[in-house]
Amino acid sequence: MSEHLLDMQSLIGGYGGNDILKGASLTVAQNEIVVIVGPNGAGKSTLMKSAFGLVKIRQGAVIFQGEDITNMRPDLVVRRGMSFVPQEKNVFPSMTVQENLEMGAYLRKDGGAAQQMERIFEIFPRLKERRKQAAGSMSGGERQMVAMGRALMLDPKLILLDEPTAGLSPLFIEQTFERIVEINKLGIGVLMVEQNAKQALEIAHRGYVLAMGRNRFEDTGAGLLANREIAEMFLGG
Amino acid sequence: MDVTDLLQLAIYGVVLGSILTLGAIGVSLLFGILRFSNFAHGDIMTLGAYAAFAVVSTLHAPVWLALPVGMIAGALVSVAADQLVYRRLRRTQPVILLISSFGMALIIRSLVQLVWGPQDRSFVKGIDMPMHFGDLMVSPQQLWILGGTIVIVIAVHLFLTRTRMGKAMRAMSDNMDLARVTGIDAEKVIVWTWALGGALAAAAGVFLALDTRLTPMMGWSALLPIFAAAILGGFGKPYGAIVGGMIIGVASEMSTAVLPPAYKPATAFAVMVIMLVVKPNGLLGARR
Ligand SMILES: Nc1ncnc2c1ncn2[C@@H]1O[C@H](COP(=O)(O)OP(=O)(O)O)[C@@H](O)[C@H]1O
Ligand SMILES: [Mg+2]
Repeated sequence: MSEHLLDMQSLIGGYGGNDILKGASLTVAQNEIVVIVGPNGAGKSTLMKSAFGLVKIRQGAVIFQGEDITNMRPDLVVRRGMSFVPQEKNVFPSMTVQENLEMGAYLRKDGGAAQQMERIFEIFPRLKERRKQAAGSMSGGERQMVAMGRALMLDPKLILLDEPTAGLSPLFIEQTFERIVEINKLGIGVLMVEQNAKQALEIAHRGYVLAMGRNRFEDTGAGLLANREIAEMFLGG
Repeated sequence: MDVTDLLQLAIYGVVLGSILTLGAIGVSLLFGILRFSNFAHGDIMTLGAYAAFAVVSTLHAPVWLALPVGMIAGALVSVAADQLVYRRLRRTQPVILLISSFGMALIIRSLVQLVWGPQDRSFVKGIDMPMHFGDLMVSPQQLWILGGTIVIVIAVHLFLTRTRMGKAMRAMSDNMDLARVTGIDAEKVIVWTWALGGALAAAAGVFLALDTRLTPMMGWSALLPIFAAAILGGFGKPYGAIVGGMIIGVASEMSTAVLPPAYKPATAFAVMVIMLVVKPNGLLGARR
């Protein structure tokens, strides 16, 4: 048993052709915010998908709460308490906000869905106002809220966010990071990929720099921010 | 040709439209989720109609009692076809699935012919007197078809908007990958989609047989206008299929005011093509 919530160990694999992940490793502890940064095409999204059986892992292991979940079916992973907000197409566009959230609770059989939805409306009051609106007709920022709300419906132990602030206005970016801290305070671990690396690392406990499917650096959020080399390469100086 | 004749044709059109609608909803649901045009859909209609016919002819049950039996048969055979054949081919190229559904269509049709023979059959013996509304005529069968379709369409709507499985189907149709990482058991939803599509096809088959006659070719012949209706409504959009079915049905029947009836399928296609030139993703289709 490791003390880690999530432990990805030297993963090698991809989409059937060439390996995209070439030994990437990462851990997330209970209640941690962990950020992955790195250049485009580094395999950041692929690494996240590999936790949900969406990528074929040839070597290495994904351990969640002490259980081996390598290449496990996505619905079975979700059932174990890990949720995912993909980088794009992360809402059901023809369904209303409320229906999107209901789908998030699809696996829930304890009748706690209504209560959980109220909790999510407290975090994202905007969603409550717009509950009857089709998710596809909302702005990018609102859609990101729907996607996060959906992923929180099962009250997960850990939530994976792939570029939650991509394409948002500076104001929305600020708000999104605030929401993420708020979510983390509820006792939910956060693993996120971010292009707005500076802001993300400011709220992160730890961070990883991923390049070409491998770990390049790994340090506390503050440590990575203070690193000259990284600042030049990835944080825009 | 006066207004009464045109109204009469419009009534026939709505009846035909009901049948096409039921077929097109199933085609659209399946396409929405599996991205697969099921060419065996018409023959599931035929099978459903003959299954209902078996109940009517052996137990002397009324058609409305035989209808659910036909629908269950359509659902079971659709699910069986998926589990035995399509499921194994799902990860191959789409064209392989398409051709295998042609094969499935032939198998089902041959089975129907083997069991019930090639000759025409009919649900109703003798001639039912049509009812008169002013100068307009409506047969009792046509009223059954209309009423039955309305009930079934409302039931499908409630299923898709109120039940957990129905909403999961819509979610899968919106985005299969997202549905899976949301925790939806994709295989289970797919089985239920086949069951629903098959049951609706069977209902369409029973209604088509009520309106005309039972023949082993009946469903296959209806397949093209059904696809036209589904495409017109925006392929993969079950609500579009209702609109598409009605437009194709009414247009086909109205065309007989000026064209010989043999041109009905051609009319269906002409309507579809013209509308698609104007709205390339179908009437309810999203812009891409
Ligand atoms: N579904 C896919 N099928 C095949 N290759 C893919 C797929 N998704 C991503 N890739 C490839 O994997 C590599 C890494 O992509 P990705 O993980 O999305 O990078 P990042 O998120 O770091 O920008 C890229 O070369 C990309 O082309
Ligand atoms: Mg990415």
